[in-house]
Amino acid sequence: MADLRNTFAGIKSPNPFWLASAPPTDKAYNVHRAFEAGWGGVVWKTLGEDGPPIVNVNGPRYGALLTPDRRMLGFNNIELITDRPLSVNLDEIREVKRAWPDRALVVSLMVPCTETAWREILARVEDTGADGVELNFGCPHGMSERGMGSAVGQVPEYVEMVTAWCKQHSRMPVIVKLTPNISDIRKPAAAAKAGGADAVSLINTINSIIGVDPVTLQMSPATGGMGTHGGYCGPAVKPIALAMVAEIGRTPETAGLPVSGIGGVAGWRDALDYLALGATNVQVCTAAMAFGFKIVQEMIDGLSDYMDEMGFATTAAFQGRALSSVTDWQYLNLEAVSKAVIDQDKCIQCGRCHIACEDTSHQAISAVKDGRRLFEVKEDECVGCNLCVTVCPVPDCITLRTLSPGEVDRRTGKPLSAQPADWTTHPNNPMRKAA
Amino acid sequence: MADAAAPNAAASAAAAIDRALAAATPADVAAGRRSPEALAAAIADAAPRLARGQALVEAERCLYCWDAPCQQACPTGIDVPGFIRRIADDNLRGAARTILSANPFGGTCARACPTEVLCEQVCVRNLQQGKPVEIGRLQRYATDAVMSRPVTALFSRAAATGRRIAVVGAGPAGLTCAFELARRGHEVVVHDLRDLPGGLNEYGLATYKMAGDFAQAEAAWLLGIGGIGWQPGWELETAAQLAELRASFDAVYLAVGLAGTHRLGIDGESLHGVHDAVAFIATLRQAKTPEALARLAVGRRVVVIGGGMTAVDVAVQSRLLGAERVDIVYRRGPEKMGASAAEREWAQKNGVTIHFGLAPLAIDGHGGHASAVRFLPHPGGGDAVRFEADQVFKAIGQKLDESVLASSGLTLLDGRVVTDANGHTGVPHLYAGGDCRAGGRDLTVEAVEDGKRAAAAIHQELLP
Repeated sequence: MADLRNTFAGIKSPNPFWLASAPPTDKAYNVHRAFEAGWGGVVWKTLGEDGPPIVNVNGPRYGALLTPDRRMLGFNNIELITDRPLSVNLDEIREVKRAWPDRALVVSLMVPCTETAWREILARVEDTGADGVELNFGCPHGMSERGMGSAVGQVPEYVEMVTAWCKQHSRMPVIVKLTPNISDIRKPAAAAKAGGADAVSLINTINSIIGVDPVTLQMSPATGGMGTHGGYCGPAVKPIALAMVAEIGRTPETAGLPVSGIGGVAGWRDALDYLALGATNVQVCTAAMAFGFKIVQEMIDGLSDYMDEMGFATTAAFQGRALSSVTDWQYLNLEAVSKAVIDQDKCIQCGRCHIACEDTSHQAISAVKDGRRLFEVKEDECVGCNLCVTVCPVPDCITLRTLSPGEVDRRTGKPLSAQPADWTTHPNNPMRKAA
Repeated sequence: MADAAAPNAAASAAAAIDRALAAATPADVAAGRRSPEALAAAIADAAPRLARGQALVEAERCLYCWDAPCQQACPTGIDVPGFIRRIADDNLRGAARTILSANPFGGTCARACPTEVLCEQVCVRNLQQGKPVEIGRLQRYATDAVMSRPVTALFSRAAATGRRIAVVGAGPAGLTCAFELARRGHEVVVHDLRDLPGGLNEYGLATYKMAGDFAQAEAAWLLGIGGIGWQPGWELETAAQLAELRASFDAVYLAVGLAGTHRLGIDGESLHGVHDAVAFIATLRQAKTPEALARLAVGRRVVVIGGGMTAVDVAVQSRLLGAERVDIVYRRGPEKMGASAAEREWAQKNGVTIHFGLAPLAIDGHGGHASAVRFLPHPGGGDAVRFEADQVFKAIGQKLDESVLASSGLTLLDGRVVTDANGHTGVPHLYAGGDCRAGGRDLTVEAVEDGKRAAAAIHQELLP
């Protein structure tokens, strides 16, 4: 069994699967259950400053993008930070940490943008014995209207300033949670690093409206006839989050900054994606809210079995391994040519590849041969775009074959060079560099 | 001691007499073998309507194939991926319109089509998952959803054309033709021998396929399009009648089905207790309540001769009425059987035994009533096999009453009317379709397609 022990921003946990700051981590009852199920760590649902607790709506707080068989593709929420008194939360955090010394317990925080406010709450959190704090600069709904959450995360200067206060007024590791509602994730990540952050976590949720009720023509879900945009998460956001995680990992200014990957982790494969693109651990919420805490057991098992199969003793063995395969478009090798290949033994004759290619791409898959329904790739038309692979309902029925150097691309009639050649030197590029 | 023995001897003798009497007892054909409550459950929907959740999940299995094999396999060419996608999209009205515009009897076909040898047989999911999309059940889900609203919520009539067409036969072919012509603005009068419209939908299909008096509900729904007159109790008996129709209407569509039945041509065929399966099913279908069904007499032991859907329908319904033992005996092998594998499985699931390779030899009688049927192995012969029977059903196919038609100038082939692909008979303004037309497979869905094509052709001829 592979060793899944994890150290993130100096915080140890028995595995890299943490529950993200969210409703599942709002109180001791849930967190005890989560740790009993096997979660490696928990980021306690965001605490606000002392005083009258915030209030939530008492109508729908959640909405979802579902498949017809009601599997959750995306999840939307308008819950605010904890609506329980600060002292109750702090007492429970202390109690839980004492009961589960081997698990990571990080506390998410969101207070007004003043040094005093941050200093005061940091002291009280540190007193609980919690392992660290995560600065919630991400929530895009509700709290952002009050100048907190993503309102801070969208201004790199604020990110740096608050991070610096936290480092100054606390001995705890500081994780800065980033909002994706920004055009360039590298800016707030760099600001967090400049402020002294021990790590960043991303992504928080994305501004979202699930839809419109077709009868009332009100946005949905609505409370009292009105709705507001929420924060979007779940499987649908994972590709967005992965791109941001990779950007941070491959940008010299932010490379090496520990990353906790968040967004759409529902299984070990998702965790692998994040880790291979440079994250040290992952945080999960939607999948737990959909299926309960037990799913961490399948995640742990799956990752461990994968690592055994691959011969990885620890997650460090493959962490960040995929980063070097991420580059800018201009550096892609234009001499690497692929062609679709249809395995006729696997083909079920649905014709989806044909119609997708015929209507929307390169007319490179024929449908009839000798009067018979048969789908074949026309190599002289195929550009290797992968559309047919993605629409084919049968796994591994259509694959891409990369042509060997010297082989003639039947579309262009030219033999392929063994020498990679990209856009920077391409003759059609008016800005090309000399080869 | 002798005194003591005497009653025993007498009892023993009496028992022997009872046994002898029982062996020779006239056939046990009785009503009320099952309670109305048990019958109500027995004749309930064989495949109930899918619930919304089931329909959505099943609809999701459809791959939306290009040039979909299911659509090609459907004699009426229903855009199957299109209607299934509309179900998944929560557009049941659109799904139903897609189905019914290709096949007005989409509701009956969803229940009665042998989908396992049509659309579902060619579903690509068979290759991938060993199980087709349940197209028939999805079709029912969609069509049922619109039956509570008038047909005019989906289809409208074109402006009146002033043309009048006579349709003879109110089965699927005739009513489809009438409906399609009415939609185009023509006036139609449908003539039929029976009291109720629907043809075999009303008088021929098994009860559990058409639960809830669906045939009448569907016919009434379709007739709601307007412009269709209904002439029941009208039987085509003379060439003069047909000539008169041709004289008083702009066109005539013959969809008379196959009203006659074949004879076995063996001894004992006229004994009491020997019935045409189609007649028995018609009677059964008109017993529209469990109480009425309980009044139908059925044999304790039933033998069905034949191998088509009718054989299965009569056999299973005999079982449901309470027959203890039902045997279907077919002359040839399973591969030649008209009833599909799914139909055979349905029969077996309902306790019917199917025997192959046995040709009927004679029906034995007792006191003028059938008591057994003897068969010879076929082909090849051998020792006769005997099945005890209180009731015998002949389900060996129907035929056309040719006399009127032949004398009306129609060409007949193998006992059916020859037409072109659009149903034109070659006699001016005279069209024919459905089971009476040569070249079909006697399927409801083919009859519908015949009616649809003929309506288009008649319209084209009358209003070029």
